[in-house]
Amino acid sequence: MTAAPTATPDSGRRARRRGGGPGATGPSNWLLVPALAFFGVFAVLPLLGVVALSFFAWDGLGTPQFAGLDAWRTVFASPVTRHAMVLTLLMTLLSFVVQFPLSILLGTFMAGRQKYRELFSVLYFLPLLFSAAAVGIAFKALLDPNFGLSRAFGADFLKQDWLGSPDLAFYTIIMVISWSFVPFHSLLYQAGVRQIPTSMYEAATLDGAGRVRQFFTVTLPQIKYTMVTSSTLMLVGSLTYFDLVFILTGGGPGNATRILPLDMYLTGFRSYQMGPASAIAVILIVVGLLLSLALNKFSGSDQMDSQMEGA
Amino acid sequence: MTRITRRTTLLGLMGLGVAAPAAVTLSACGGGAQPTGGAGSPSSLSVWALTGAKQDTYQLTFDSWNEDNPDDQFAVEYFANDSYKEKIRTAIGAGNAPTLIFNWAGGTLADYAANGSIVDLSGQVDDVLSRTIESIGQVGQVDGAQYAVPNNDTQPVILYYNTALFEEHGVTPPTTWDELMSAVETFSGAGVTPIALAGQSVWPELMYIQYLTDRIGGEGVFQKVLDGEAEAWSDPAVTSALDHIQQLVDAGAFGSGFGSVAADSGADAALVHTGQAAMLLQGSWVYGTFKQDAPDFVADGSLGFMNFPAVEDGAGDPANIVGNPANFWAVSADAAEEVQQLAIQYLNEYNLNEEMVESFLGMGAIPAVQGLEEELGELEDGDFLSFAYDMVLSAPHFQLSWDQALPAAPAQQLLTSLSQIFLGEIEPADFVATMNGTLG
Repeated sequence: MTAAPTATPDSGRRARRRGGGPGATGPSNWLLVPALAFFGVFAVLPLLGVVALSFFAWDGLGTPQFAGLDAWRTVFASPVTRHAMVLTLLMTLLSFVVQFPLSILLGTFMAGRQKYRELFSVLYFLPLLFSAAAVGIAFKALLDPNFGLSRAFGADFLKQDWLGSPDLAFYTIIMVISWSFVPFHSLLYQAGVRQIPTSMYEAATLDGAGRVRQFFTVTLPQIKYTMVTSSTLMLVGSLTYFDLVFILTGGGPGNATRILPLDMYLTGFRSYQMGPASAIAVILIVVGLLLSLALNKFSGSDQMDSQMEGA
Repeated sequence: MTRITRRTTLLGLMGLGVAAPAAVTLSACGGGAQPTGGAGSPSSLSVWALTGAKQDTYQLTFDSWNEDNPDDQFAVEYFANDSYKEKIRTAIGAGNAPTLIFNWAGGTLADYAANGSIVDLSGQVDDVLSRTIESIGQVGQVDGAQYAVPNNDTQPVILYYNTALFEEHGVTPPTTWDELMSAVETFSGAGVTPIALAGQSVWPELMYIQYLTDRIGGEGVFQKVLDGEAEAWSDPAVTSALDHIQQLVDAGAFGSGFGSVAADSGADAALVHTGQAAMLLQGSWVYGTFKQDAPDFVADGSLGFMNFPAVEDGAGDPANIVGNPANFWAVSADAAEEVQQLAIQYLNEYNLNEEMVESFLGMGAIPAVQGLEEELGELEDGDFLSFAYDMVLSAPHFQLSWDQALPAAPAQQLLTSLSQIFLGEIEPADFVATMNGTLG
């Protein structure tokens, strides 16, 4: 839905510039139809279906029965779902706190010209190439206290109940998630840092700024919009973490890692309560939309200007 | 720069939009390709079965049928356990079920029957029922009507133990609760995990509450839950069983890392055959895992097996067993009349026939058929097969696993609450209150 208004002026402006002539109107808006049709059929339509289903009681068999607000009441009254909301919030915050600084530092490093930089970059980049399912299974095996890393290296401090203890599992998962997603965000920052003109650093050097000072006064302000992009993806993305957690713990031990997307899945496809599951899905969508709108608003990225003044 | 940021944000939003309604679309695209003209078509025979060791046996029997009936061939597809359970329900709900529906009887079968999704087979499958163990055949009934017939092996839950460790530490196999607790103490003191438990998978924890409730209060306790009686979980036997479980946990019976042990990778069995744990309470299917992962361990007689210990002053019969009596075939009501008849013909003539029985026995599984007593003793795994077969035949009551017997939502709640008992996060009283809330 939202794709239309932004895409139209963009493509129109570009075409006008290229065409040059006063009568050129650029490509027909009909070219949008295929993309819109796909988005409508595969995103908007199921989305509306989910909203509708949240007002029904359905166990996956037979015909859904209209149930008014029953599913919504169930969801908000359920201690499991409320716990899941808290966990999701905590996961969003914690994974942001871990990933944000790491990505910036790695990205800045990767944008530099140091020795062996390429080699390190390739290593940092690797997790991005693995499927979440493979990462999940591999970490599950590595973290096994009986047959995993601790046994391979005879290292007793590794012999923790990483995924089996309610106190540890949540943080272990945040570490694995960060391991998987930091490379992507580092890549964004690498691109951002590479775009900063070297003249800025030369000027800073002439003014007597050291490396640390340059990082804070040149690099960070210059990658402001990359930070907005990356943070939005991080925060909104953390609302949809599912596959890794599902494979690593399945929401356990107990309810210790049952975050909202997982709660939605387990409610829908294990307990076969499609009504409440749909209500949870709607909550996720609304929170996700609000979050990214808010981020855009507060960061002022809706009025983004050139950052190259003085360059 | 402006444009890129905008786009990426939008992408994130779109990604979310796609991910969230997955609750609905997943059913449509989840798992595997649709067979051409197979499953879902009411006019031809189709079947979905599970992957794993028994897949070959199913393939064998469907090949035989296809060879004998070239005009009415079965389209066969295999799924992993969990993905099958999710897929089959949506398929049945959408009227696209395969002709033969693989199931676990219990609450799900009752759902299907109540929804008119499966055919009442009463009186039409007497041939196959005459071959199967009677008590197991009865599990396929819903309110006295035969809706499903057994299609594979019987899977009682057995207490396995490492005989070498028992000898080394001078422990005799425990036949009572007190003996079990003193064995736990001995092993724990010697630095051996007394009992391997796949706590990450959670369902192995069910075996403890099932056996203990049965031993302490008899099979009637859980029957009251199934009947939906108000406050049925408040039975003192349930609380006592939970207390016993917490005694085991507190005594270090499962070691400290049981929450990281997963059953699907066979890690619980591995702890026993690598000598890190002394006992394991698991289904009869784990014998196959032992045989496959540690053939020498099984061959030199290091694997012991026995029924779950009796509890002193318990009301239940110590010969009662829990587990999965078998898996079952039901026939889809969406299939055309003549296709249903062909499926019933298959069930009577091919299901659990000699060919299938032989194939199951070859892999150390006990097919749910009668009259195997003499044949079993002569086989390679004769000791184990005879033991388990006798255990099933002489059991006054064979309790279907609770998570299968109950409807889906209470079953999920049961698994979660039980895992919290094992983790010491909640008390038996909390468990009882939560579970009572799922009744009715």
